[in-house]
Amino acid sequence: MNIHEYQGKEILRSYGVAVPNGKVAFSVEEAVEAAEQLNSNVSVVKAQIHAGGRGKAGGVKVAKTKDEVRTYADEILGKTLVTHQTGPEGKEVKRLLIEEGCDIKQEYYIGLVVDRATSSVVMMASEEGGTEIEEVAEKTPEKIFQEVIDPIVGLMPYQARRLAFNINIPNDLIKESVKFMLGLYQVFIEKDCSIAEINPLVTTGDGRVMALDAKLNFDSNALYRQKEVYEYRDLDEEDEKEIEASKYDLSYISLDGNIGCMVNGAGLAMATMDIIKYYDGEPANFLDVGGGASAEKVTEAFKIILSDTNVQGIYVNIFGGIMKCDVIADGIIAATKEAGLKIPLVVRLEGTNVERGKQMLEQSGLNITAADSMADGAEKIVSQVK
Amino acid sequence: MSILIDKNTKVIVQGITGSTGWFHTEQSRAYGTNIVGGVTPGKGGTDIEGIPVFDTVSEAVEKTGANASVIYVPPAFAADAIMEATDAGVDIVITITEGIPVVDMIKVKRFMEGKTTRLIGPNCPGVITPEECKIGIMPGYIHKRGHVGVVSRSGTLTYEAVGQLSNEGIGQSTAVGIGGDPVNGTSFIDVLKLFNDDPDTHAVMMIGEIGGTAEEEAAEWIKENMTKPVAGFIGGQTAPPGKRMGHAGAIISGGKGTAKEKISSLEAAGVKVADTPAVMGETLISALKEKGIYDKCVTHEV
Repeated sequence: MNIHEYQGKEILRSYGVAVPNGKVAFSVEEAVEAAEQLNSNVSVVKAQIHAGGRGKAGGVKVAKTKDEVRTYADEILGKTLVTHQTGPEGKEVKRLLIEEGCDIKQEYYIGLVVDRATSSVVMMASEEGGTEIEEVAEKTPEKIFQEVIDPIVGLMPYQARRLAFNINIPNDLIKESVKFMLGLYQVFIEKDCSIAEINPLVTTGDGRVMALDAKLNFDSNALYRQKEVYEYRDLDEEDEKEIEASKYDLSYISLDGNIGCMVNGAGLAMATMDIIKYYDGEPANFLDVGGGASAEKVTEAFKIILSDTNVQGIYVNIFGGIMKCDVIADGIIAATKEAGLKIPLVVRLEGTNVERGKQMLEQSGLNITAADSMADGAEKIVSQVK
Repeated sequence: MSILIDKNTKVIVQGITGSTGWFHTEQSRAYGTNIVGGVTPGKGGTDIEGIPVFDTVSEAVEKTGANASVIYVPPAFAADAIMEATDAGVDIVITITEGIPVVDMIKVKRFMEGKTTRLIGPNCPGVITPEECKIGIMPGYIHKRGHVGVVSRSGTLTYEAVGQLSNEGIGQSTAVGIGGDPVNGTSFIDVLKLFNDDPDTHAVMMIGEIGGTAEEEAAEWIKENMTKPVAGFIGGQTAPPGKRMGHAGAIISGGKGTAKEKISSLEAAGVKVADTPAVMGETLISALKEKGIYDKCVTHEV
């Protein structure tokens, strides 16, 4: 799960991790009021959307007067920002962060991620702050330093010091930097982050070390114990169908094609997209109904697929293990009866209780094309949609 | 022969009294798996259709001599359950549970360091040695006893591959689902090593997917060490970028993690990679024929 920059900074602040003073604003008036309260010489007006690259897209402005704050807030609020992470349709700005400006001396990068190879959290640091870290990794990998963290003792001060020295933080700010890194690690673990990226981390003219930007992502498996984090969820930032799917614990991702897919298991769902494309079709979505789904869940999955107006045909590909085929059949029948079915539907069923499932579909009287294999089903749906 | 589990494996089920746990316990027992007990804290001393239930794993192991455990407990309690099984000293703990927080799994991995218990999963279908022992949620009937080892990150794609092999008369020695989580107990390389050393396994089908670098690492290992033919498939060739792969995760691995990268690493290691998931079986068979071991691997009429 993603949250906004200002929310991430709220969390950091609550852990004593240094961030500039700032306030969120939902309107121009609130923005001006926030700037007045901050009372700094320079204010920064920052668009709050769940995507990077805001600065280049005109979503970050430095204001020297209250009037400038008003002008920029008016300009950015309601604007659709197109960055390399939003896709061509862009994202509308509905919230602003008004922040005190600071005298930046130097920019750095600090990030925490889960490293699969070592099954550990790894802290990365670089003196190439402000640049996309992928770019640094590609062009100058020698400028990225890493510390693998032992979960029993956590990030140790010596590791944080080593990183700080490696990325050439000035001697008089090493202590502050170490404090920052240790705090960031504590946030990562206690809040079940999946990524915590500070880019840039800055040193200032008045001798401070702080997060100028903050990107925190959270492990969705852990949200059950992170109620406060979950409350930061901003539905405006998510696809409507994906929101609907998440209510039923379905894993759904919208795509551009016209063949709706309902599959069990993430691997098979990805492979089903692959094979539709192989036969020159275009998948409309990724949808994994998961293990142990109820008939109700399948019905909801079906309704979500049908709510996509681009969908001209549906391919159901189920190889049941934990998922029972008769439950799938039950859900399909209920959904088609409820929502109506005016487009081709190809169903491939295999696995636990397969005979019963097939029988139920046959006896339903619905216009369903049965497929014998994954390839057979993909070919059939592609030809029926064309 | 086989790897990891066989007809002598004695299994206990953690979470046996839950609906999922019990459904699959019944299925496994019907398949012939030697289920010797179950664990549900608070229900010790009872039995469920003749299977004794214990309060703790150590008690279950002590009373039944179990050497394997399978975990069906909910995600919030699964890490604790894995550590309990490890502490009780079972040889192998197979974790089916999906949705365990990654921070918990990092602690589990650290806890298991230096101990003898092997973890399979989590978020996996389990392990099956056909016609001997089925531990997990895979549909038993698609598997046939034979000489091809199967290892996969995805449950349903494993069934797909196994189904294709069985339909072509090619049985399996053991099929292992290593799970789809970023932090798991057993890697592709661990399983490839076991298959390489198993005299009854003549070839391996390896199924990966986008994200991480486990397939690239396996490809390196195969290149240096594998003496048996390997066929592969990578799911997610058409997955949109940025949707599934961790943004910063790709940095550690130096920009690795796409299907394209994985496929080229595997091909460079001599692995035949299937173009579509529909031809995984065919691709393996063509590898068997190239090595002249096809006849040795045909196990049943179709």
